Amino acid sequence: MTDHPTPSATTSAAATTSAVAATDVVQLTAAATAAAIAAGELSAVEATQAALDRIAKVDHTIHAFLHVDAEGALAAARSVDERRAAGERLGPLAGVPLALKDVLTARGMPTTCGSRILEGWHAPYDATVVNRLRAADVVLLGKVNMDEFAMGSSTENSAYGPTRNPWDTTRIPGGSSGGSAAAVAAFEAPLAIGTDTGGSIRQPAAVCGLVGVKPTYGGVSRYGLVAFSSSLDQAGPLARTVTDAALLHAAIAGHDPLDSTSVDVPVPAVVEAAGRRDIRGLRVGVVRELAGDGYDPGVQAAFTAAVETLTALGAEVVEVSCPHFTYALPAYYLIAPSECSSNLARFDAMRFGLRIGDDGQAGAEEVMSRTREAGFGPEVKRRIILGTYALSSGYYDAYYGQAQKVRTLISRDFAAAFERVDVLVSPTTPTPAFPLGAKVDDPVAMYLSDLCTIPSNLAGGPAMSLPAGLVDGLPVGIQIMAPPFADDRLYLVGGALEEALDAQRGHALLDEAPAL
Amino acid sequence: MSTAAPASALPSYADALARYEPVIGLETHVELGTVSKMFCGCPTAFGAEPNTQVCPVCLGLPGALPVVNEAAVRFAVMIGLALHCDIASWCRFARKNYFYPDMPKNFQISQFDEPLCTDGWLDVEVDGEVHRVGITRVHMEEDTGKSLHVGGATGRIHGATHSLVDYNRAGIPLVEIVTEPDVRSPEVARAYVDELRELIRALDVSDVRMEQGSLRCDANVSLRRRPAPGEPDAPFGTRTETKNLNSLRSVERAVRYEISRQAGRLDDGERIRQETRHFDEAAGRTSPGRSKEEATDYRYFPEPDLTPLALPVQYVDELRVGLPELPAARRARLIAEHGYTVRDLTDLRNAGVLDLVEQTVAAGATPAAARKWWLNELARRAADAGSQPSDLAISPADVARITVLVAGGELTDALARKVIDGVLAGEGTPDEVIAGRGLAVVADDGALTAAVDAAIATAPDIAEKVRGGKVNAVGPLVGAVMKAMKGQADAASVRGLLLERLGAS
Repeated sequence: MTDHPTPSATTSAAATTSAVAATDVVQLTAAATAAAIAAGELSAVEATQAALDRIAKVDHTIHAFLHVDAEGALAAARSVDERRAAGERLGPLAGVPLALKDVLTARGMPTTCGSRILEGWHAPYDATVVNRLRAADVVLLGKVNMDEFAMGSSTENSAYGPTRNPWDTTRIPGGSSGGSAAAVAAFEAPLAIGTDTGGSIRQPAAVCGLVGVKPTYGGVSRYGLVAFSSSLDQAGPLARTVTDAALLHAAIAGHDPLDSTSVDVPVPAVVEAAGRRDIRGLRVGVVRELAGDGYDPGVQAAFTAAVETLTALGAEVVEVSCPHFTYALPAYYLIAPSECSSNLARFDAMRFGLRIGDDGQAGAEEVMSRTREAGFGPEVKRRIILGTYALSSGYYDAYYGQAQKVRTLISRDFAAAFERVDVLVSPTTPTPAFPLGAKVDDPVAMYLSDLCTIPSNLAGGPAMSLPAGLVDGLPVGIQIMAPPFADDRLYLVGGALEEALDAQRGHALLDEAPAL
Repeated sequence: MSTAAPASALPSYADALARYEPVIGLETHVELGTVSKMFCGCPTAFGAEPNTQVCPVCLGLPGALPVVNEAAVRFAVMIGLALHCDIASWCRFARKNYFYPDMPKNFQISQFDEPLCTDGWLDVEVDGEVHRVGITRVHMEEDTGKSLHVGGATGRIHGATHSLVDYNRAGIPLVEIVTEPDVRSPEVARAYVDELRELIRALDVSDVRMEQGSLRCDANVSLRRRPAPGEPDAPFGTRTETKNLNSLRSVERAVRYEISRQAGRLDDGERIRQETRHFDEAAGRTSPGRSKEEATDYRYFPEPDLTPLALPVQYVDELRVGLPELPAARRARLIAEHGYTVRDLTDLRNAGVLDLVEQTVAAGATPAAARKWWLNELARRAADAGSQPSDLAISPADVARITVLVAGGELTDALARKVIDGVLAGEGTPDEVIAGRGLAVVADDGALTAAVDAAIATAPDIAEKVRGGKVNAVGPLVGAVMKAMKGQADAASVRGLLLERLGAS
């Protein structure tokens, strides 16, 4: 461990009676935190206070949190402790603190989506994911930063300032779930919820050295997830270990009658799969198209080494071609903006959020226009304009229509590949974390960050990013992709590979993160 | 800028029709009578306090998602089936994107190129002639909120100082029923809306109250020159769409006005602008609204928050089998079985007593008697009370009983009205009222005979005239007997009795 958080007065006091040293509490995995709470070695209040103290100590540097709900978190933690003391049997994540991406609604907290246009808005209802977290007695610490309306790959598009990568605070933490990833990597929370529309969980997980999973589309309810692109958005876990991610995945997944696109099938046995650690005979396909020009040699080398480890673990590795993946990025940048142009129309100053120009003289249309002009950032406007154009009469077939066809072809590529192999693998991102500001003026270069992750969003299947190693001291990830509703395969492969890579280096990758 | 020409400058309607053939298509929005809204669980009751029947979904709050109301789909399929449409085995919702404050999401969930029902028809009868109106499509969508413009003279947005929005209506399920351009006259347009309203009422899927906006009609009207004999039809002209016609009368008047107005423009060599128009009921004129040429591009695309609607064949078949008797079939049956005329049925329907009459016949009345009592007596009483005949506190069975008693001579019409008074006053069944008020016709000849003899005795001069063969002179004697009997005698019987006693029968 190179990271040594200073204990606060509160946690030091608690530590005198606790079997777990307060200095170590924030470094515990979610599973270990829950186990210590269940065993009475640690209280949920202590775990929560430790996280709050850590946030107080490091977040002015990291800027992961947009809102810290200390009062609500401690109240939830106290409830866990009381019920445990009363002999109630609690769930596997009871008392574990969590950082919530500010794109999910939660009563009692603001929801900004990283946008000026929602500044000060409090949702009157809980997202289904939040409902399930509360039901699982997970402690919500607060809301974390993101690219505005989840549009971006660096969290620099937040109206509330960028989040910094805990591995190198001059660099981006990825995005759009950059706040989620940075909070977990900076030991401010053992768990975070992110959302992934084109790679927004996996890319930040990769560049922050975490496990991040985009579940199968329809596996986790989108009710209360403020939509960017409805047919692509999916909430999922970010964590430091595969088992932690699985526990969180299991807590939030499952059919929700409030989301028509949520699928009524049993939740895959992800926790069991994460612990199996045996991939002998498993067929792994390396996607030929997700390599080559534009891929950092270090990324490529770390990926190759991870694939060799899979072979050493008894997997049968073959190369697989998915020829239409080449068209994934352009198709994505038609479908996602098209849907966003419609989804974001409701931000019009009429019922909630920012209102500009209502001087008693201006008409509704002018107020709408001035509010949207002032309330949306440049990337959001860019995509609204792009999507509005792509859906226009006369252009629909050439743009949105063609993109949907590409989407079908990409699904067929996946289906064909999964006839030959059980999972597909690729690098998660072409490069490690880049410096803050490096790509803000070059949207297309920014878009390339999601080159490897977008195909799974378009086809709907689940995908995981797992730490593969370091490149010049910066983490990079390996992406594992599975067929729809076979999310357990990600955890099977991830669990085994994580164990082997940790064994090779003698410790978890995050142990190499610099002190804050 | 076009303005409505003064009415005096318009050619007469007859002149317009002589030169031009009207081509009319109708778009009708019907609010479905579901308990909850189209995509959420909010109630749909009309007239609640503003913004009390709302939730995150129908307010379009960030993160909220729609879920389709099965009842709305079922009602829409029933309408489609009753209109002889094909029901899609697979269809989707689409987003219609435009900004307006009364639309919470700034898109309306509707259907675009994949409607639920297509290709049907509805027959309507005008002056004994049947017109078949083709139904292009029936699709589902959600209603918008309602804007209230405050501070202006007209209630329209022009001149208003501010606007209020009530979202109670937002998300109420609608179907839009679109006809082919098959209608050729204002009378048929009106009859179509009337028949459609009856059809939907018979299906019991909407209260179809035009004055409350649960049925709203837009009329598309264009003209084309009438071809000379032997010439092919001219191509369709440019159409206008007159929006939100909220009574049958307005449908007919607005279409008629548009025909004259367009004829006037065409006569002057001007072209018709494709535009939306409003009908001013007080002035009887239409005036231009938003021009369609500069109208919004709605950027339709399939609604990604909803899965496609794939209705099992069995589901549709069960609804088809379960459809109630539809108005046309019912009319045919009532004419055949009850001997009513088309005119009778129209009268009964307009009086709101058709169902009641049918139930009264079923309870034992003759069709003629049931018609007579409901149409003449009971409809009038309901009107006097400012209510509907169906709200009267008298059942069809009660009415049937009264008609039977009248037919049997046990009640006179005058007595029957008193029985009705008693039933409406809550005094019990007709028999209980008769017993309680002592209203039965006096069948015991003793009292009657005495009254007859007394009448003859007090008016010997009249009696002598009648005996002399002036039968019609008996009137005053009948009146005297009836008066003596306090109305509890049958006038015809009294007359017969008097003539018999005077040897004049």
